Amino acid sequence: MWAFINKLRSPKWFYAISARLQPWFWALAAILIVTGTVWGLAFAPADYQQGNSFRIIYVHVPAAFLAQSIFVSMAVAGFVFMVWKIKVADMAATVMAPLGAAMTFVSLFSGAVWGVPTWGTWWMWDARLTSMLILLFLYLGVIALRGAFSSRDSGSRAASVLAMVGVINIPIIKYSVEWWYTLHQPATFTVTGRAAMPTEMWVPLLIMVLGFYSFFIALTLMRTRNEILRRESNKRWVRELAQET
Amino acid sequence: MQQESAAVVPRLKEPGEGLALALTATLKRDLVLMLRRRGEVLNPLVFFALVITLFPIGISPDPELLALIAPGLLWVAALLAALLSLDSLFRSDFDDGSLEQLLLAPQPLAALTLAKVAVHWLLTGLPLALMAPVLGIMLALPAGSYLVLAVSLALGSATLSLIGAIGAALTVGLSRGGVLLSLLVLPLYIPVLIFGAGAVQAAIAGDSVSAHLAILGALLAAALMLAPWAIAASLRISING
Repeated sequence: MWAFINKLRSPKWFYAISARLQPWFWALAAILIVTGTVWGLAFAPADYQQGNSFRIIYVHVPAAFLAQSIFVSMAVAGFVFMVWKIKVADMAATVMAPLGAAMTFVSLFSGAVWGVPTWGTWWMWDARLTSMLILLFLYLGVIALRGAFSSRDSGSRAASVLAMVGVINIPIIKYSVEWWYTLHQPATFTVTGRAAMPTEMWVPLLIMVLGFYSFFIALTLMRTRNEILRRESNKRWVRELAQET
Repeated sequence: MQQESAAVVPRLKEPGEGLALALTATLKRDLVLMLRRRGEVLNPLVFFALVITLFPIGISPDPELLALIAPGLLWVAALLAALLSLDSLFRSDFDDGSLEQLLLAPQPLAALTLAKVAVHWLLTGLPLALMAPVLGIMLALPAGSYLVLAVSLALGSATLSLIGAIGAALTVGLSRGGVLLSLLVLPLYIPVLIFGAGAVQAAIAGDSVSAHLAILGALLAAALMLAPWAIAASLRISING
């Protein structure tokens, strides 16, 4: 166990192992996303109420899943970095943040586009929309804080602390926003009806969610490798690697 | 004063001992320092009054409309005023190096920062809470909600001070931390705002406010438990970096 953790500490080892893992995740992501897209857009039946507009779900829901999972993984990586001083964890957290923010934006934007045919408006102060918007601000805060420090190590540790503080607060924010929403506005559109979705609708959704997760893993591996090369550029093995190519 | 502190020093050097002493000393020192800079204490209050003045001018002087939005306005303005005062929480200590002395003290840093936050609340949150009913009158806040307004602000602003201190500690080493501080802290303020303004609205509607105040208390308890560790860790990052 300790040998494994010690190996993880070495960026060189991570660079080697991720080179082997990366193509599998890219392939998996490509297959799942293509299958899910074709199935969801062409073969899944149209919704009896919303018609074809419901198909936005195949982008909206996976993006929203990822937006939340990435924040949690970022906080976990920050925790690992702070406790065990594993640099790779911080590099992963660094490259995850922009992707998480992008996914939050995608889910907000697709939600707004979806809102036009279903609610008749681009934006509603709905509990989910509001808490996603707050999540976007949390992401922007983490990214901005990391960039504000002139010393990279301080920036990394500050961003880790903020990610951990944020992850404790996310459930509190989520529940208080839901509570606020139910107090202020009667539910005009309950999404709980979606759970009773027919099989031919949710199977492609599941495929899309898995595809998005594989995409996230593959992209994180790739960008962490770049970050390793960037930060370790004065190490001997990186220079040797550069000379080989 | 000189003799007194000389007698105190040997006891303070023992780790684990003299925590109460160190806490009271930090409390006293911060209170004295803040009270000598009255302008800084008064600034948030003036800001609070000014922002509240802007809303009737910008929206409408109609008392009925103002009464409708008063709870939210008062809470948002108080929250922004508290945010404004955060930057000075560790700034002067950072500039003159006494923050480093605080880090070197044998007593746990988390406890000592709690004393600093307590002073910040005493001189920012509490005055804001006491001032809010007066501004409430100007906004035609319905009678019967004034006490709830003050109590909810007093409870909530303590949580705001604790959460805000994390952000202040993270940004104290940065030269232009002000805007960043608001970006870090405001999203985390939202639960307090929801339940604080909710308490006042419930009081206006004639509902029971104990649930809202209980949740504000629970948020404060959680913040009291967790925030000092985050503040201490953030201060260490800011000092070493």
